[in-house]
Amino acid sequence: MEPYKKHESIAALMNRSNVDTDQIIPKQFLKRVERSGFGVHLFHDWRFNDDGSDNPEFELNKPAFKGAKILVAGDNFGCGSSREHAPWAIADYGFNTIISTSYADIFYNNCFKNGILAIKVDKNQLDRLMTEITANEGVRFIVDLENQQVTTPAGNGFSFDIDPFRKGNLLSGLDDIGLTLKHVDKIDEYEQQHKQNYPWLWA
Amino acid sequence: MLCIIRYALLIDPVTRHTLDVEPVKALEFAMKKTMYEKIWDSHLVVDAAGQAPLIYVDRHLMHEVTSPQAFEGLRLAGRKVRNPHSILATMDHCVPTKNRDLPIADPIAKKQIEVMAENCLENGLNLYDMKNPNNGVIHVVVPEHGFVHPGMVVVCGDSHTATHGAFGALAFGIGTSEVEHVMATQTLPQKKSKTMLIQVDGRLSKYSSAKDIALAIIGKIGTAGGTGYVIEYAGEAIRALSMEGRMTLCNMAIEAGARAGLVAPDEKTYEYLKGREFAPSGNNWDLALAYWKSLPSDEGAVFDAVITLDAADIAPQVSWGTSPEQVVGVNGAVPAPESFENESKRKACESALAYMGLAPNTKITDIPIDLVFIGSCTNGRIEDFRIAAEMTKGTKVAEGVKAIAVPGSYHVKHQAEDEGLDKIFIEAGWEWRDPGCSMCLAMNGDELTKGQRSASTSNRNFEGRQGKGGRTHLVSPAMAAAAAAAGHFVDIRTL
Repeated sequence: MEPYKKHESIAALMNRSNVDTDQIIPKQFLKRVERSGFGVHLFHDWRFNDDGSDNPEFELNKPAFKGAKILVAGDNFGCGSSREHAPWAIADYGFNTIISTSYADIFYNNCFKNGILAIKVDKNQLDRLMTEITANEGVRFIVDLENQQVTTPAGNGFSFDIDPFRKGNLLSGLDDIGLTLKHVDKIDEYEQQHKQNYPWLWA
Repeated sequence: MLCIIRYALLIDPVTRHTLDVEPVKALEFAMKKTMYEKIWDSHLVVDAAGQAPLIYVDRHLMHEVTSPQAFEGLRLAGRKVRNPHSILATMDHCVPTKNRDLPIADPIAKKQIEVMAENCLENGLNLYDMKNPNNGVIHVVVPEHGFVHPGMVVVCGDSHTATHGAFGALAFGIGTSEVEHVMATQTLPQKKSKTMLIQVDGRLSKYSSAKDIALAIIGKIGTAGGTGYVIEYAGEAIRALSMEGRMTLCNMAIEAGARAGLVAPDEKTYEYLKGREFAPSGNNWDLALAYWKSLPSDEGAVFDAVITLDAADIAPQVSWGTSPEQVVGVNGAVPAPESFENESKRKACESALAYMGLAPNTKITDIPIDLVFIGSCTNGRIEDFRIAAEMTKGTKVAEGVKAIAVPGSYHVKHQAEDEGLDKIFIEAGWEWRDPGCSMCLAMNGDELTKGQRSASTSNRNFEGRQGKGGRTHLVSPAMAAAAAAAGHFVDIRTL
């Protein structure tokens, strides 16, 4: 995982609520056995017309949002299936930051495992960001994870909360499994105890 | 909304202690635990500062779609599966539900199936592959073999893992990175959830089912209503549900946004488990039983939120939109966007109606359907086919309608055939298929075409879920079967 660095990037706007993982990456693309190459299929059913051409109505196809690394989206983003293909597609497309009022649980966890910073803001803050982007498409925000701060040209900046464990992992790009395996003695010990307490699970 | 749901207050346990309870009693409260807290506490491996708590995982379920990249990750890191016996794998999402003897036509799906078989073989995992008599949808197969018991922590790279909460196990969906993490360490870093009690009192009418309870709850609290919570379902109506019904209910906890759903184990649970392949036996059965009986939430345990419903108010439900919260009783109508005060709900209603091709105020029973699907991890169990067959007996599938019955497993299929249910469906003009996820997510050749409308017993009515441009209405098996015969939705209470 790439360490997450402070960056200034275009913020794209998706003013929709309950964007589900079936839309983020439709099921016809879940049959691949690799982790990479999902970006070209991100939001496929909204993004492309039936003949495969770009759908000009779809917000992320706006030229002003090209190269955006920040996605500002409506409530309950990423609901539905547990498919990690959703954050794989989002990251592969080029986003490393999402800003919304809320996320579905599994999706939220999956983001941080793939170097995506998912920031939670309140409704008023989200409205201000959405207004700023609408008035000035292509606007660039600065995201500083170290200081938990987002800055915008129109002064709609804010600081955000984040779990320190998740923050540390994003900043260092550390592998969760490696971190857990530092506790392998504790796991062994727990397992021995578990076998005594619940012998039927090990029969 | 037909069902009347009394929304109870959000209770902050801390506030409650200081406001309502004397200090001595506060201590008693602190010692009383919910079932979720009992399972959490008994599975905590490490709770170190500056790090998410690590919990132990007892059972790991697997299917072909969310696992290949996890195996690849293990291989690249030179790691091994820590406990192969904790894993049970099946093939369900991509498998065709007819012509199973022929090779899979879709080359990418075929590859995924082959990779699954290779990965399981290489790591010594128990796999019920497509040809195995135990094959079926993971969340149908696992309970059939008694692989999940009360009090366990169970994970799977699949959001509908919540199903197994029906046994009083903490069961939840995880991402592929987490699948890899569990294979390598048998643990998972987890944030402790808040607890929500959904109390369903009273008796359900014989026309309503667990599916209708699930949809009515989501209709009331919304698809994000349970976010951050583990739900425990309790009350007379829940106790009255069969194990199959409890599985249907817990299966859809995820559609309310919850991490998991739980039902306290009782005699029905023990009766269901006894004698199954992976259930404890002999002396172990007695030990397990004593433990299971200690699991239900303590009397007076405090939940962070409490919601109550009266089962008698729950009519058969039909979803009208593109989110499971967009649902109404069958004697209701499609709402108008203006009826929503909340702006984002109003917008969501507008776009759902446009996608669904429905006009506001259309009576639900006036909506015609093109296809009926009975199956999935929500409603693909024997009880579902019995109810649907009862509704189907002596009817014919309406002209222009296609109806498919897809058992959740080969065991369900054979049981239904032993009971003669297959004949009832076939005589009425239904297709009787082999098991698989089928039209629930349309990854396997079974799908809607653009503009086609289904009555489906599955769990999600998202745009495109059953095929690009397909329009899904979520219903119970009885409602689906009645719609197949009529060609439109029917209030089964009036039949």
